[in-house]
Formats: sequence, structure tokens, C-alpha cells
Amino acid sequence: MSMDDRDQHDPNEPDVSRRQFLRGLSGSLAASAVLATGVEAVPLSPPSPPEPLEPPLAVGPRIKGQVKVRLNVNGQVKTATVEPRTTLLNTLRDDLGLTGAKRICDRGSCGGCTVIADGETIYSCMMLAVDAQGKKITTVEGLGTPEAMSPLQAAFVDHDALMCGFCTPGFVMSCTSLLKHNPDPTETEVKEACAGNICRCGTYPRIFEAVLAAAKRMRGE
Amino acid sequence: MAGWKSPSENTVLGKPTPRLDGPAKVTGRAKYAYDVQPAGLLQGKILRCPHGSAQIISIDTSAAERMPGVGAVIITAKPGDIMRFAGQELGGVAAKSFDIAQDAVRAIKVSYKVLPHVVHEEAAMKPDAPNVRGADPNTSTPNTRSTGDTDAAFQSAAAVIEGTYSCAVRTHNSLETHGTTCKWEDDTHLTCWASTQGVFSVRDDFAREYKLPPANIHVITEVMGGGFGSKFGAGYEGILCANLAKKANAPVKLMLNREEEQIAVGNAPSATVEVRMAADGDGNITAVDAKLHGTGGISGAGVPFPYIYKVGSTKISQISVFMNSGGQRAWRAPGHPQASFLMESAVEDLAIKLGMDPLELRMKNDPSKLRISQWREGARIVGWDRRNAKPGNGKLAGNGRYKRGLGCGAATWGGGGGGGSQCKVIISNDGSVDVEIGVQDIGTGTRTYCAMIVAEELGLAVSAIKTNLGKTSLGYGVGSGGSVTTGSTAPAVKRAAEAAKEALVSAVAAKMGVDTDQIELIDGKVIVKGESGKQVPFKKACSALGPGGVTGDGKWDASLQQNGVAGVQFAEVQVDTLTGLVKVIKVVALQDGGVILNPLTFTSQVNGGVIQGIGMALFEDRKMCQLTGRMLNANMEDYKMPGSMEMPEFVSIAFENPTAKGVSGIGEPPVIPTAAAIRNAVLNASGAALYHAPMTPGRVLDALAAGRKG
Repeated sequence: MSMDDRDQHDPNEPDVSRRQFLRGLSGSLAASAVLATGVEAVPLSPPSPPEPLEPPLAVGPRIKGQVKVRLNVNGQVKTATVEPRTTLLNTLRDDLGLTGAKRICDRGSCGGCTVIADGETIYSCMMLAVDAQGKKITTVEGLGTPEAMSPLQAAFVDHDALMCGFCTPGFVMSCTSLLKHNPDPTETEVKEACAGNICRCGTYPRIFEAVLAAAKRMRGE
Repeated sequence: MAGWKSPSENTVLGKPTPRLDGPAKVTGRAKYAYDVQPAGLLQGKILRCPHGSAQIISIDTSAAERMPGVGAVIITAKPGDIMRFAGQELGGVAAKSFDIAQDAVRAIKVSYKVLPHVVHEEAAMKPDAPNVRGADPNTSTPNTRSTGDTDAAFQSAAAVIEGTYSCAVRTHNSLETHGTTCKWEDDTHLTCWASTQGVFSVRDDFAREYKLPPANIHVITEVMGGGFGSKFGAGYEGILCANLAKKANAPVKLMLNREEEQIAVGNAPSATVEVRMAADGDGNITAVDAKLHGTGGISGAGVPFPYIYKVGSTKISQISVFMNSGGQRAWRAPGHPQASFLMESAVEDLAIKLGMDPLELRMKNDPSKLRISQWREGARIVGWDRRNAKPGNGKLAGNGRYKRGLGCGAATWGGGGGGGSQCKVIISNDGSVDVEIGVQDIGTGTRTYCAMIVAEELGLAVSAIKTNLGKTSLGYGVGSGGSVTTGSTAPAVKRAAEAAKEALVSAVAAKMGVDTDQIELIDGKVIVKGESGKQVPFKKACSALGPGGVTGDGKWDASLQQNGVAGVQFAEVQVDTLTGLVKVIKVVALQDGGVILNPLTFTSQVNGGVIQGIGMALFEDRKMCQLTGRMLNANMEDYKMPGSMEMPEFVSIAFENPTAKGVSGIGEPPVIPTAAAIRNAVLNASGAALYHAPMTPGRVLDALAAGRKG
């Protein structure tokens, strides 16, 4: 059922989830395989609960077993041995020990796993590690250290733009990217940059303050 | 013993101070239970029942056990057991990776006899509804209570209103889910990194489970990613994790995923009231006749009613409705936001019926002197005189598509502390200062004020104090629920700091050959009074101490805390009368917290309460599917929470209570009045009287149409 973390279906049934689709696609391409096209309907018939809940999609054969990935993270080339289905997020956290990015929704809706890949923010839970190869990836650990924070990180602290802190790395990444693209944002632009991140403690107003203050400081005003 | 100094005498306390764990959090270095990775770590995963109700026929784990990479499989349910909600736990696995654990859980074959279930409150109340609790009915025996003569009050009333007000079940959605990382050091010693609001209650649960002395269990929570009332005790997931670790002979991490977090580890119960309320011609509330029900799924539910106002006579009947969904747990002022929404909505409607300013009616019936002063101050700040004299009709509302209006609501809470806390402040002979207490900082700023209190006593900067919190190996600290943490912790820290200071001063005075009362600690220096120029840096003075330095022990002192905090909130909203979309423009929140230690983290918590209140008012609604018995929106896009684009302007005020002598916690009260204030502002703006939260665009359009019909 859908409380499963990963593949939301029986392995013998057609693949169903978005990520499963991506994963299969990636595997297929890597294996130079052709996408299958057959779509099989799964009827919903109560009282036995429908499983899967999502409509089925067709994919081709998968690569299986373990693959070695080379990732350029925070300016260093790192290698890990992962399954083809392993997300960039899980690889960063579980294999490379970079636990700043958080797995909160694991489906691209909360922004807690945001990293910067080739200059653009991405949700690292929505990208497979095998697909992240060749990209220049920056995680929150690559921006600053507790002793030498980036101006934005320092502004987050000064303005108390965090409480429990679990969403904070994701917001820091989104706002770092914003300031790179737009050094003089309006408050509305800051809000828009944060629209893909969710905070549950309720730190938004102070995040907006912190970003505007950091922008000002970085512009030398 | 000394009390808290007045704000003007403080150099550290009462000044806005950034939180000490901020740098670790913003750089991704803070290690949550979720982030800890002991060598050889396995990942745990729970097997859950997919049916709203079912009896287990058989469980076959053989395929999972055979799977490469699986370290342990444990089944806790047995054939014959009845599962009562979709998501109930049957057991779990630990495996080399997150993905393999998932595969292994999926490979466990469970056969069920599916039983009828009911997952909607109204349906569960019907006499022919599927039975949820075995022998007991789906509704609890009514809790009835009454005061005075309601019949007489209704007969002589100047105005009577009658209505049904309700609010939906919501899910906490703590961003760090429930769970632990468990590592057995040997057969009888367990280290557990827990995402919890109570390290000591987790420790005690493990000690009971394994019949081990509590000292054998070491629970660590240095930082944690939100709990809001839902995270006390080891929980099913914690015990299973430790059992898996034992069986696999390896450390195991078991954190729930987002869906599990929403279906199995708590929610805020719904609340519905059918109420008649009366007032006399002077605006005194003379009678409340109310029937309440609410559901906490397989657990009971209840709200305080008629909440904060003086009421001449009452007749109350209250029941819990049981249904096949995960049990409720405390969530930030349990029951109070619901009670506030129901009562403040009815009070607003009564004022309108009476032709009275709703604020005037509130102030007339509000028993709290402090809140009366907050009402006045808040009204001034928000510009209450701008409000539309009639719902939907006035200068603020205007004549266009977008209409603006004002509303308000109030909160009460305890916030005092309790005994047991044990703090140590250690001054070493190299001049370093450590404050140690086992209590956890759940993101409220506990760590920071502990250092601030010690810095204030010793005349040092906050940065000179090292903090050590969130470990059961340290002195006892309370569980962070009921806003008791500050009231319980801060007094013990202050007494420990005073004791350490006394020991230091005594040693230094002996060395310098002066009386102890001649010595002052100011601005990082030890100063001898009256002898100008005679001063030594703090660090140097500490060299007078022996190799063990000095330690001050502190226990809780009731005189340094107080119970009973007051708060009011005013909301300005804009209603799009074409689409029904409500936009909150501004929230003015005044919150009393007794003696305020750190206004920066204090007002952050007020903002946070308001934001969760906005979620309750406009978005959050757990949707259950009667077909499958499952929660339909157990994710973060269909279960809508407030995001950056929905943020209003905040005016959050740490209200100075002139009579305050002690500290109070305020994690909970700021969430209470927001939904009601927004509801009443929507009514003032547009004439749309909403009876149900969340006030979704559809409901607002319906209410606008009902208003037009008159």
C-alpha cells in the first residue's frame, strides 16, 4: 500500500509511481533498452482495498544489483555503490554521510532535501543518484561551516529564522540560489523562492527578514 | 534566595539572543536522531495493516527472512488479532538499506479477514455503524455538567443564538518523523537517539520493556525536528527498533515515512458543538446549552467548553466518537484551539445578534484582568475602529470583489513548571563554564536560555557558556508538554548558577583576602568593590579553583515560575467574494509569558503558533476514504499546510506582564485564538458566517450565498 516508502506496488505488477517511472526510465536508458508500452488496468473493487492506488504506467526492464556512481559534491568527487533505484538524497545521506538534506516527504513536495545541481535547485529525493553523475552538486554542507557561515546562514541565525531546524537546510539552499540569481529580491520574490519549501514550526516571516537582510549585506549596503 | 531581576537590571536575560544551536542547524551539521549513523547501521521498516478493520488469519515471513541484506524480522501481531485502523502495526524488519527493508516488508505475506470499518464521524455515530471498540459502543457515555438555571436565562434573554460549529481532524506533520536510532552497547546497555519531547520518558519505557535499571538506558536528543505534543515515550516504533537491533545484533534506525507519520502517531481530534447561547441586554453571557462531540479515531476526544468567558448558567453534554482511524495525541494546547474556534465563533454571532461591538462583549465577559489590557492594546495596534460596523458592510469591506474585515479571539493556558529538574553548573579552573541538564530542546530555545541564565549570574557573555542538554545521563529534566519546560527548567538552572557563583566567589575571595560580599562578577571580570582598579579577568580568577573546579547544583524552585498565561489575537483578512479565497493580511498577537527570558525565541514561537492556527483556519483537514478505510491525503501536497505564499504580516508581541515574578512556557497558547480570529474577520469582511474549519473557498462561497439569501 502507499505507506510504503519506495515502490508503491508489488514488484511483479506493472510499475506505478512517478518515481518508479523515472527510475525505470533511467535504468532503461542506461541499459539502452526500449520502453515497453503495454498498460494494464487494475480495477478498484471494494471491499478488498485497491492496490496500487495510482494508475499503472509501463516501463522497460530495469538495471538491477549494485552500480558504482561518481558524484561531484561540494567540489569533491565521491564514489558510492548503490542500487539503480537509489535517490540522490539517500546516497548523500546514507552513503556519503551528508545528512544536512532531509528526507521529509520523499516525493518532491516539501523542499527539505533541496540541493543545488549545476546552479539550479533540485529536490534530491526526485533525482536518482545515477542521474546525478556529471552534475556539480552543492549541499548545505558546502555553503559554510558553523565557524564560517555564509552571509545568508549567518542572517538565518541572527534573525532566528529557524526553530526545530529540520526544514532549515532546504530553505537555506532555496534562498542561496535565489540570491545568486537575484541579488536584490523583493519580499514577494523571497516568498516565491520559498514556495517549494515547507516549515512546520512557523519560521517563514523570519526567513523572509533574514534573506532580505543578507541580500542587503551581500550587496554591500 | 534571589528572584529574577527586573528587565532594566539585566545584561543578558530579556535581550533578544540568537539561538545557540543556530549555526549547527543552518549549516546542516546538527545531528538529529534521523541523522545519526553508527557503524554497521541497518534501516528498519514497519509492517502495517492496509485495512480499516481486519482479523489476521496468517503471517508468513519466510520470503522476507531469506532476502539478502535482511538482518532481522520481528512480528508482534498474531493470527486472530483484530486490527482496528489502516496503518496499525504488525511487526517490522531491519535490513542493510532503506530500499531492501521496504522490499522485505512487502515480501511478508499476511492474510486477513477483512471486517467492516467506519472512518467518518457522523457515520460512526449511527446505531447500525460497524463496531469499532469490540464490546463498547462507538460513542462514549456523555459527560454532562451544568451550572445555574439555563431555562430561566434563555427566557429572559435579550438575544439568543443557535448554531452548530465544528472543526476538522488535523495531523501534526512533524517534519522529522517519529522514530529512533538504537544501538545495544552490550546485552544490558542500550543507547537510543530519539526524536522525542521527553528523553526521560523514553528511557523509562525502555527500562520497563527490558526490565533494566534506567541507568542502563542512554537516551539522547540534542536536537529534534518537531513533535508539537505527539512525541513522548518510546512508542511502538522505538521498542520495535530496539528489538530489531537486539535480534540483528547491529544498530538500527527506524524512522517513519510521511504517510505513516500522518496515519499512526497522532492527530488533533475534531470538535463539533450544537449550541444555544444567550445574553442579557447589558451584554452579559447568561446561558450556554451545548452538546459536543469529537473523534480521536480509536482514542477519545474532548475540548474545554464553554472555554474562557464568564457564563451565567451552563448545560453541557459531551461525547467521544470512536472510529477506525489512528488515535489522537496531544497537539499544542490539546482541545483549546478547537474550543476557541467553537466558542469565539458563537460569541461573535451573539454580539452581532445583540447589536454590540464583539470586542466590547468579550471584554465584558472576560474574567482576566491581564487579557483586558491586552484587548485594549491589541485593538489599538490593529486599528479596531476601522472594522466594519456591520458584517460585510463598511469602509474596510468596500464595494468591490475583495472585502476586508477584522476579527479577534483569546487564549488561556497554564505554562508553569513542575518539580524534579536537576541542573549542574560547572566552573573549571581554566575559566570554562558548563551548564548541564538532561532536558531536551525541541526547537523552542531551551538550550539558549539555559546559557543566558548562567551568563547573567556570572557576568559573562552567552558565548562563554557551554551547554550540554538532551541526555538521560545528565540531571533530570521534564518532558516538553503542556508548555512546562521553561517553568520547570529555568528555575533549576538559575539556582545551579547561583550555587556555582557562590562557590567561585568564596574561593576567589579567600585567595584575594577579601570578604565574599565585596566581590562582583561583571562583564567578564571579577571586581572587588570599593577598591578601584582591583579587578581580574574571570578566566584568571578561576585559576584560584582546585583541579576539579566548582560545581553548583540547582533544583526547581516554585517561586521562580508562574502558571496561567493570557493572550489575545486580532486578524485582518481579505475575502475574494468571487472565488471564496481567504487571504490573511495581518495578525496582531499579544502573548504574556510572565518574566520573558529571550524575546527573540519567544516571538518566534508566537509566530509559529499563529501559522499553525492559519493552517487550522483555512487548510488542514484529514480526509478519510470510506471505501478503503485509509487516509486519502497522507502526504504534504493534498494535506495542505501554510506555506510562504500564505504568510500575512506579523505583529507578534512579547507582552510585558507588570506583575510577573516567574517564568512561564508559551509553546502552546499562541496557536489557540488564530482560527477563531480569522473566522470572525471573514464574517466582518464579507458577511459570510462560517461554521466549519477549515474555511475552504467552497465553504466561504456557500456562506456568502447563504448570507445573500438572508
